[in-house]
Amino acid sequence: MSLATPLKNLDRELARFHGRLKVGAAFVALLAIALLARAYYLQIVQHEYYIQRAESNRISRVPTAPNRGLILDRNGRILAENYSAYTLELTRAQTENLEATLADVGKLIEITPGQLRRFRRLLAESHEFETVPLKSRLTDEEVAVLAANRYRLPGVEVKARLFRNYQAGPGMAHVLGFIGRINDGDLKRLREDGREQNYKGSAYIGKTGLEQSYETLLHGRTGFDQMETDASGRAVRMLSRIPPVPGRDLRLHLDVELQAVAEHAFGDYLGGLVALDPNTGGVLALVSKPGFDPNLFVDGIDPETWKSLNESPERPMVNRVLRGIYPPGSTIKPFMALAGLELGLRKPADSIVDPGFYSLPNSRHQFRDWKRGGHGVVDLRRSISQSCDVYYYRLAVDMGIDRMHDTLAQFGLGEKTGIDLEGESSGLLPSREWKQRRFKQPWYPGETVIAGIGQGYQLTTPLQLATATAMLANGGKRIEPRLVQAVRDPLAHTWQPQPGGVRGQMAIAPANLAVVRQGLVDVMRPGGTASRAAAGAPYTIAGKTGTAQVVGIKQGARYEASRLSRQFRDHALFIAYAPAENPTIVVAVMVENGGHGGSTAAPIARAVFDYYLTGKRPGEMKLEVESAAD
Amino acid sequence: MPRISHWIVRRLSHLDGILLTLVLVLLGISLAVVASASGQSPARISGHLINIGLALGVMVVMANVPPHLLSRVGPPLFVAGVVLLIGVALFGEVRNGARRWLNLGFVAFQPSELLKLALPLMLAWYFQRNEAVLRARHFLVGGVLLLVPFLLILRQPDLGTAMMLGASGFYLLFFAGLPWKVILGGATLGAASLPVVWGLMHDYQQRRVLTLLDPMSDPLGAGYHTIQSTIAIGSGGLFGKGWTQGTQSQLDFIPERTTDFIFAVFGEEFGYVGAILLVVLYLAIVARGLVIAARAPTLFGRLMAATLSLNLFTYAFVNMGMVSGILPVVGVPLPLMSYGGTALITLLLGVGIMMSVATHRQLMTR
Repeated sequence: MSLATPLKNLDRELARFHGRLKVGAAFVALLAIALLARAYYLQIVQHEYYIQRAESNRISRVPTAPNRGLILDRNGRILAENYSAYTLELTRAQTENLEATLADVGKLIEITPGQLRRFRRLLAESHEFETVPLKSRLTDEEVAVLAANRYRLPGVEVKARLFRNYQAGPGMAHVLGFIGRINDGDLKRLREDGREQNYKGSAYIGKTGLEQSYETLLHGRTGFDQMETDASGRAVRMLSRIPPVPGRDLRLHLDVELQAVAEHAFGDYLGGLVALDPNTGGVLALVSKPGFDPNLFVDGIDPETWKSLNESPERPMVNRVLRGIYPPGSTIKPFMALAGLELGLRKPADSIVDPGFYSLPNSRHQFRDWKRGGHGVVDLRRSISQSCDVYYYRLAVDMGIDRMHDTLAQFGLGEKTGIDLEGESSGLLPSREWKQRRFKQPWYPGETVIAGIGQGYQLTTPLQLATATAMLANGGKRIEPRLVQAVRDPLAHTWQPQPGGVRGQMAIAPANLAVVRQGLVDVMRPGGTASRAAAGAPYTIAGKTGTAQVVGIKQGARYEASRLSRQFRDHALFIAYAPAENPTIVVAVMVENGGHGGSTAAPIARAVFDYYLTGKRPGEMKLEVESAAD
Repeated sequence: MPRISHWIVRRLSHLDGILLTLVLVLLGISLAVVASASGQSPARISGHLINIGLALGVMVVMANVPPHLLSRVGPPLFVAGVVLLIGVALFGEVRNGARRWLNLGFVAFQPSELLKLALPLMLAWYFQRNEAVLRARHFLVGGVLLLVPFLLILRQPDLGTAMMLGASGFYLLFFAGLPWKVILGGATLGAASLPVVWGLMHDYQQRRVLTLLDPMSDPLGAGYHTIQSTIAIGSGGLFGKGWTQGTQSQLDFIPERTTDFIFAVFGEEFGYVGAILLVVLYLAIVARGLVIAARAPTLFGRLMAATLSLNLFTYAFVNMGMVSGILPVVGVPLPLMSYGGTALITLLLGVGIMMSVATHRQLMTR
């Protein structure tokens, strides 16, 4: 027994302490290993991943939008160009009070109600942090006034921007189309096509016309500046630069003067005209009246103007050449005649006696000729030059709807032509099978009869009529119309020709074609339905008139143009080519409510031929288009 | 004159050469990294130099205080600290949702800082005092002495500081000979009670814990710091991007990069090689500290040297662990590396005590 409180054995205590020190050291070693293992994982194993994370943290790509390509006519006249101008832009998120800011700006420079409406519409469509244009094309004084007052207008900026300008006027709107601000739909499409990156930094995209169909060429390639940025997004320095590649310039087949001549020739009439080179398919003129000012759309159109354009009964936004669909009427006859010859159903000399009407066997219904009392003895040439309906009633019945469909289809009727514009209508070439599918009804024999003169279900666009007519002019080559003739890389400065498309060659016996073509020449000769339009021409025209009915005429009633108000008058049609011996131009004209093709549509084609073949232009016509330096 | 130089030599003779070398190397690295992280700001660098000078001065002073004098400071310091903590609980100032600060009119400070040193001193003093008759009840008293400030800090709430304080108190008890069965039993009990504690927590507290455990679940909020610092460290690779060449560091992606997140800058610019060097330096300090503890003539000295060594490494581990994304983000600076006077002075004060233990070999007078 020792004392009440036993003293500890100090040596043993010390040994135990040393043991504890070792445990402590082991514990520390364990922690150190854990740290180094973690560092090894981050810095060695995952190094590649983290270096990329660090790079994407620090590097930001700042896009530089490319300059959009120009559009020139065949002679190098500028139709669509870019110019630099100052715009007044607002960022809502940066303004303290939007209304107050707008009021202040309004005191400094003039802001029209239209501009204000457009601004509000754009504002509603965009993010709070996006800059929205309020007024573009500022004058120098306006820029100066705004610059002087900028300090008290937070969120208001004056920026130099490139603008698109269409100086050729409303007549070219349906060809050129226009660009507009990229909207959600455009963005979605770009994303789906994987083209979104190329539009970083671009606010505009082609919406219609050539601007739309050649968007990829016109737009160019967006450049990118690689900037080093800090955590707050501020650029510290430039690391590298990929310069933007400007868009390609387009040179058209179209002659802007020919276009103007054609437009002028319409006078007060509305309608559409297309002129093609029958050998290349090049579009020499494409008029759809009325036009509109495409410049209205570039910065976003204000709602009122849009409404008035969209709701106008004249429908200025519809391209009648591509989208207007009309019964071909008598313009179908030369194609029917050629089909009859090719199918062996008719010989050129086969004649009929036309009593002025046609009836199907065992039917009392009379299909009347447009000429009361008939044309008398009619052979194939006369059937074209006189536009004899009864000849074609009979031919249609002999041919039957199926063979009619198959043969006319070879001319491209009822099918899109493949022009380099979007939104084309395909029209309609009816068949037994189509009617069953569409209406679940059998084909009636009477429908075949009227199909022979281009009435009934048939619908064609003026463009289809033009390409079909081109086949008569060029010997059966089915061309795809092309507006663009050549494309230029603005850096290479050389024009790359864009070959036109050919859909195929129709086998036509030359003798058969010659007879039909003779019939078309007869149309323009004294005694033909359009002879007056050809009077005095120093070249030979081959053409065919037609009328597309707007309202149905009752059995037994007479169509009298003079008694109908203008909007119910028939549409006048005319297809033609010239010179007849060696055609270099094909024209299809549709004049809305123009009545007979011979009197309203044919003179328009004549004016186009005159200018194209002889350089003659209407005396009072003026044209001011700036010429581009090539 | 010779007397003065003689006096200086005697004062400096209390410095431990190995510890001094390691500390100076670390402070040199720290200076370089703070310079880089601050964008070589003269204000930051000179501020850091002043802090280093002050802290080294404190270290020299502490090295010259004999352990037996130091041990007497323990109880009053501890009592003062606990009183101040109670004061905080009653009159403390709320900042960032926690009642941690005591405003004394002329200065606002956190009494919990005081406890970081006062608690080990108090416990070491207590065990030294009862060295000869150490029994289970002394550990019980030691545990109570630990729990009082721990709980007071925990309910401020300041989980990070409470845990660090708890760790240092535990180390001391451990080195004093806390029986293994108590340690293991306590660990088992703690693990078993975790689900219960979890169940008692509020939804927002649970969410906060989850975010702490998985910072990637909140990349723009609480996780932002950790994500950016792991990117910095990982992108450093084997050799690092080079001094002042770290893009994460230089382009402001790392928050608090001269203070709590300085290891991210270091890891990015000096790579894995640098990280190994840094850990080895800390290990060397710990090793030296443990050697000092092993050789110390008194229980007070042994406990203080061992506890302060492990404590320093724990700070380093918690800091590097949080910056490299394996531990929750708590406000703990990296010892001897982070910019900041208070932490540096506290640390070198501890190193000074270790040096004092190393150089005062005579037995403690009672």
